Amino acid sequence: MGRETTPREQRAALVPLPRSEETPSPGQRLSDVDEWGRSEHTRSIARRVFAPLYDNWFRVEWEGLEKIPKTGGALLVANHAGAIPSDAPTIMHGIEVERGRPVYGMADFFFREMPWLGTVWARVGGVPAHPDNALRLLRDQGQLALVFPEGTKGPSKTYADRYRLRRFGRGGFVEIAMRAGVPVIPIAVVGAEESMPIVFRIPSLARLLGVPYFPVTANMLLFGPLGLALYFPAKFKLRVLDPVTFNVPSGQERYSKSRVMEEAEKIRINMQETIYEMLRERRSVWFG
Amino acid sequence: MAQALESDPEVEMILGMGTREPTVPLERTEFVKADQTYSILSRIVGATQVDTIVHTFLVVDSTRVSSRALHEINVIGTMNLLAAAGQSGSPVRQVVVKSSTLVYGSASTDPTWFREEMARTSPARTRVERSLLEVEGFVRDFAEDNPATVVSVLRFANVLGTDIVTPISSNLSRPICPAIAGYDPLLQFVEEDDVVRCLEHVTRQRIPGLYNVAGAGKLPWSEVTGICGTRLLPISPVGTHTAAIPLVRLGLIEFPPELESLLRYGRGVDTTRIGKTGFSCRYTSAGAVENFIRAVRLRRSVGDTPPSYTYSQDIEQFFRHSPAVIRSER
Repeated sequence: MGRETTPREQRAALVPLPRSEETPSPGQRLSDVDEWGRSEHTRSIARRVFAPLYDNWFRVEWEGLEKIPKTGGALLVANHAGAIPSDAPTIMHGIEVERGRPVYGMADFFFREMPWLGTVWARVGGVPAHPDNALRLLRDQGQLALVFPEGTKGPSKTYADRYRLRRFGRGGFVEIAMRAGVPVIPIAVVGAEESMPIVFRIPSLARLLGVPYFPVTANMLLFGPLGLALYFPAKFKLRVLDPVTFNVPSGQERYSKSRVMEEAEKIRINMQETIYEMLRERRSVWFG
Repeated sequence: MAQALESDPEVEMILGMGTREPTVPLERTEFVKADQTYSILSRIVGATQVDTIVHTFLVVDSTRVSSRALHEINVIGTMNLLAAAGQSGSPVRQVVVKSSTLVYGSASTDPTWFREEMARTSPARTRVERSLLEVEGFVRDFAEDNPATVVSVLRFANVLGTDIVTPISSNLSRPICPAIAGYDPLLQFVEEDDVVRCLEHVTRQRIPGLYNVAGAGKLPWSEVTGICGTRLLPISPVGTHTAAIPLVRLGLIEFPPELESLLRYGRGVDTTRIGKTGFSCRYTSAGAVENFIRAVRLRRSVGDTPPSYTYSQDIEQFFRHSPAVIRSER
């Protein structure tokens, strides 16, 4: 028994029905926006805009970049700092230019809610930090995904707490990497803290605007509203640490929470020590 | 759907039911006119010994029916249908339900791809979404209570095609099209022929379960409107609903609440599960949009052609049952 209730008026008269013999056209695409919202075109514009900043302003220096694989999925984790963090574009730009492969930056859902900013963020390679998204990128598509396990706790800390890593959430990033069967590659970043240091925060204003935190930065105190976009020319140094692999079968629904927390803490301590080591070697904030 | 089934000689009898008369010529489908809530269904099921019910009458567009009618059709209609199929001694062995990906909603906390077993991340606020969730709940219960019956639920993405009219299609065929300023969400589309093909596939193969159906790929809304050649009308991202009211009143755009959240965050569904059953859409999302706009352009040029077929009960009865008509042997 068939039930036919959808209005399908004048079908025969109006447009000849394409029958299964002929294949319909796949459809002309007008843009190159991929299924994640990333557009190579927008990305290339962003690269052109960011390149002078990367080369001449922050004078980014990498160490151990060869540890980032040319193919296959890997979860990049880094420390997060600066009121409007400049470390995310720096890492994404650096790996794209120097290793020749795209990086998808995972960030809070909050980004998606912001008009304009959210759209631009998606076009340059931002993806909402949903565990399912991370799993798809890493396991099914073999891409590089960048996460900041500190979350907003990282960039919202004041200058007094600089280079002290916050708690790494609930270690969700380790669990994702285990499930996807990919290595975690920690990256230690020095310089982002000084590029836009927070003097103090205004929680009531943050609540009013519906943002995670409202910083008052040294840049804003010096340059007024311009300080929102004007970074101090701190020297950026990034060090890629050895990839961490986990000796567990991939694809499991759940992993031992204590094991996950232990691994996350190990990575955190390793990153923290590397940062202190790099700071010990640093002679000047501005010249490295 | 009935046309598609008629070509199969293994199908003994097809019975169509609807609130409106069929608008396509049907060779051997018997048609029964029903009221909104399909209350006569239980009698028909008992009398005709049907073994398969394909449930396609769910309303997913809140702009064309009142909220009361929506409730009557979706919730009460489905309840009657399932009650008829589940009555004791029922001959029904299969129920296929055509649902929508609207059940997933659209929110900032959504994953980029929904799999069938994932729940929506935000509470359902619109009438259509609530009624669809309720309906799917009934169907789930029905499947649990009648393990011998094959129950399939198909969740279709935004449907576009030569005939179907939805808020999205009517917006796209106008010179201006609403968008929320600052947002350019990714959407999936499915062509109406693929909808019919999928229903047919599931019905014929007797495939139970819950499936997402959408064309391959995703398109940003700006590109969809670009393909259709309509101009975007950006609406304020704050107070969107209020800002849209005068435009809707003037008849410039259609803007139901489901569309508002969709145009903000978009929606993506994972279609690997239906792919594994051996079904694939012939149109990609972009192909569906292109096919749709080609039909709109043709209609703009030649206008609506009068229907080549009108259903008339007496004539149909005559052709089907009169001994004077010579019927070819199948």
